[in-house]
Amino acid sequence: MVQFNLPSNSKIKKGQYYKDKTGSKNIRKVNVYRWDPSKNENPRIDTYEVDMDNCSSKVLDILNKIKNEIDPSIAYRRSCAHGVCGSCAMNMNGKNGLACTKSHSELDGDIDIYPLPHLKVLKDLIGDLSTLYKQYESVEPWLKTTKINDKENIQTKEDRAKLDGLYECIMCACCSTSCPSYWWNGEKYLGPAVLLQAYRWIIDSRDEDRKERLKKVADELKLYRCHTILNCTNACPKGLNPAKAIAEIKKMLATA
Amino acid sequence: MSSYKIIDHEYDVVVLGAGGSGLRAAVGLSEAGLKTACVSKVFPTRSHTSAAQGGISAALGNMGEDDWRWHMYDTVKGADWLGDQDSIEYLCKEAPAAVLELEKYGVPFSRTEDGKIYQRPFGGMTKNYGNETVQRTCAAADRTGHAILHTLYGQALKHNTEFFIEYFALDLIMKDGACKGLIAWNLNDGTIHRFRSHITIIATGGYGKVYYSATSAHTCTGDGNAMVLRAGLPLQDMEFVQFHPTGIYGHGTLISEGVRGEGGYLVNSKGERFMERYAPKAKDLASRDVVSRSIAVEINEGRGIGKEQDHVHLHIDHLDPKVIEERLPGISEASKLFANVDVTKEPIPVVPTVHYNMGGIPTNYKAEVLTVNGSEKTVPGLMAIGEAACVSVHGANRLGSNSLIDLVVFGRAAAKRAAELVKPGMKHDEIDKSETDRCLDRFDKLRNSEGSNPTSELRLSMQKTMQSKCAVFRSEKTLKEGVDEIRKPFEGMESLSVKDKSLIFNTDLVETLEFDNLIRQAITTMDSAYHRKESRGAHAREDFPKRDDENYMQHTLSWCNGSKTKINYRPVHRSTLTNDVQYFPPQERVY
Repeated sequence: MVQFNLPSNSKIKKGQYYKDKTGSKNIRKVNVYRWDPSKNENPRIDTYEVDMDNCSSKVLDILNKIKNEIDPSIAYRRSCAHGVCGSCAMNMNGKNGLACTKSHSELDGDIDIYPLPHLKVLKDLIGDLSTLYKQYESVEPWLKTTKINDKENIQTKEDRAKLDGLYECIMCACCSTSCPSYWWNGEKYLGPAVLLQAYRWIIDSRDEDRKERLKKVADELKLYRCHTILNCTNACPKGLNPAKAIAEIKKMLATA
Repeated sequence: MSSYKIIDHEYDVVVLGAGGSGLRAAVGLSEAGLKTACVSKVFPTRSHTSAAQGGISAALGNMGEDDWRWHMYDTVKGADWLGDQDSIEYLCKEAPAAVLELEKYGVPFSRTEDGKIYQRPFGGMTKNYGNETVQRTCAAADRTGHAILHTLYGQALKHNTEFFIEYFALDLIMKDGACKGLIAWNLNDGTIHRFRSHITIIATGGYGKVYYSATSAHTCTGDGNAMVLRAGLPLQDMEFVQFHPTGIYGHGTLISEGVRGEGGYLVNSKGERFMERYAPKAKDLASRDVVSRSIAVEINEGRGIGKEQDHVHLHIDHLDPKVIEERLPGISEASKLFANVDVTKEPIPVVPTVHYNMGGIPTNYKAEVLTVNGSEKTVPGLMAIGEAACVSVHGANRLGSNSLIDLVVFGRAAAKRAAELVKPGMKHDEIDKSETDRCLDRFDKLRNSEGSNPTSELRLSMQKTMQSKCAVFRSEKTLKEGVDEIRKPFEGMESLSVKDKSLIFNTDLVETLEFDNLIRQAITTMDSAYHRKESRGAHAREDFPKRDDENYMQHTLSWCNGSKTKINYRPVHRSTLTNDVQYFPPQERVY
C-alpha cells in the first residue's frame, strides 16, 4: 500500500507565541501560518493574542492589527477592504473566504488563518496564483465579434441578464482552491473560477465564437474533472455558483 | 550598501500601473506595435478601478437628448472653473466613442428596454447647460468599474501586453530633465529591475491613504506621484481632495452616488431632506463638494444622527426592491456587510469620506507631463494618466462618473501620443549609474532601518493629522497647525523601524516605501491648501468663504524636497481646444 507523507521540510512546526501586552480582558488567540522563503526553515504556526475590544469586525482587521501593533513581518495580500478586489482570499478556520468580508464573530474559538489550500506558498499567507492566471488567459476572456462599426451592440435585457452571476466574479480563487479535483489535477483541470469565466463569454449574446469556445473546453481534463462536489459554490464569497456554470457548459455540449 | 541583483530591460514604452487608465494605454500601445511593458504592484484586476460603482459618463443620449457640450459645461461648473477647458472639451467630445469602444470590448453594461446601454442620473449632470437632470452615466449595475477593469485586462491579454506583476516601482530614471525609464523591485524573487524606455506612463492612481478614513484601497498610496516629486518635478492642485458624501459611517466603504441617482435621498436627525435647502434645484444630486459640505454643516449644527450626532441617513427603502436588486445589488451587499443594514427596510448611516484626488501630476490633454519654465513646458519621456494625473479636467471638484471616462479617454490619448513620438525599435540612451545608485541607496537605507518608530505609527500620525487639519472645512488656524504637525511623521523617519529585512514579499518594507511616498504627498497637500486663500470646489476655507477668480484662477504647483516645499502657480487655460464650443467664462456656482 502506498503511503503518503509530507516531505520533512513541509511539516508545520510550532512557532512563536506573542502574549498580549495591552492587559485586555477580551483576548482571542489567532494562529497564523508563517513561512519565509529566505530562511531555510520549515513552516510554522505563530500565535498572537489579540485585544478584541479594540478591533473592528472583520478578519482582515485582525491581521492589520497584528501587522500594525504586534508583528510587522507578517505577509498577506490586501487592497480594497470591501470584497471587490479579491486580494485577501485565504483560509479561515478551515474555510476559504475574503478576510475583508468575513466577520470574526462568525468564527468559533481560536482563529486559524492559512493560505488558500494547495497553492505553492510564496510567503506566509501569500499563495502563487500564476497557474490559475494562465488558465484564465487560455479561455480568451475577451469579446469576439466581427462587427466593426462605431455603434454599440444591441443586447436585450434578457440576454444581458444571462451574464448576472458570472461577470461579478472577482477571481479571488476561493472556489478553485477549495476543489479537491483542482487540488489533484490543477495543472490540467481548469477549475471552477476559470470555467465560470469561460461560461461568461460562451453565454454572452454578443460573442460570435460560442461554438469554438465550447469546443476548446470540451476536454476530459479541462472540463470533465468537475465531479459536482460543489465545494466551489459553497466557498464563493460573492455568492456565485460556479458549479452551475460548469453544469451549463456540460449541458450545452450534451445538447449541441 | 549591500549588492542587489539588477536585471535590465528595454521597452519602447513602460506603463506603471494596471488599473483602468494603465490598461487602456497598454492596449493602445500594443495595438500600435510598440514594445510595451506594464508594471504593477498588484495583479491588474486587484486595482482600485474595481471599486468604482455608479458608472461612466458620456453624452450618448440613450435615455433622452444629450450633447457633449452640455457635459462639458457641467464638468467646467463642477470643477468650479479650475479645470483646463481645452482638456475638458477633449474629454467630453471623445467620451461617447470611448464608451462604445468599451462596449465593443465586452463590458457587460446594463441595458434599456430597447437593448442600448443603460444610463442613470448622476450628481451635477444636466441638460441644456444646467437646466434639468440628464441621464448620462452609463452603468453596469453598480459594479461598473469592476466590469470595465476585468474587460480591459482581457483586452490587454488579447494584445499580448507584457506584464510585470507584483513589482513595486521605486524611482524614475532621469537624465537632463528627461525621463528614461524606471526602477522596480520584484516582490516575487527580490530582484531589482531597471526598465529603460523612451516613454514612461504613470498610471498609479490616487493617494487616499494619506487620510485615516477613505474609500480608497490600502494600495492607494500615489507611488507615481511621489516618484515625480523625487525626480524634482511638481505636483498640481494637491489641495483639492474630494470627500464623497456617502461613505458608510464607521467603515468608510463607498456607497455609490448612483443610489441618489436612482432616487435615494439624505435626511438629518429631524427627518428633514436637508439638501432641498442647500441645492433647491439639484437637491441630492448637487455636485459632491456641495453635498459633503451640506452634511458637514448639518452635523456641525447638531442635526447629525446617532449617539454622537456625527452622521446622516441615506434612504432607498422607498424604492421598488426589484429596482434595487437589478441596479444596486452591490451596495445592498456592502450595506449588509459593513453597516448591518437591509437597505429595503432601513436607511444607511453615511458620512463624507475621502474618495478622490483631483490633484496629481500636471499634464496637457495629450497626457504629457508639464513643469514650468515661464508658463509651462513638457517633460520629455514622461506621461501621466488617470487619478495620478491632473490634466486638469476635474479642476477643484470632480463630478461622479467623470473619473472612469477620464481613465479611458486619456489612457487612449497617451497611447496615441506615444505612438506619434516613438518609432518601434528606437535606440536607447546610456544611463549613468548614479541614478540607480541614488534609488538603491534610499531603498537600502529604508530596508535597514534600525530605529524605534514603526512605519504603522508614523502612518497613523500622518493620517490623523490630515483627517483633522485638512478636512471638508479648513481655516488658517487648522492649516497652520497642519503644516507644522504633518512634518512630525516625516521627521520620525529618521528613527524608522523596519523589522523584516528579507527581499521576497517583504510587506513591512513595501508599507514603509508606501509611507515614504504618502508623507511627501501629505506635505504638499497641506502646504498647497495653506497657500490657497479662497474657497473653490472641494477646498472650503472658513476664513475665505468666496471664490477669488482675480488671484486664484491658477493651478497650484508644489515641489517637495524632504519636508521642504516650494509653491508656485500656473494660469488655468482659458480657451477651448477647437471652435466646436465656446469658452465658458466663470459664473456663480449654484445647484
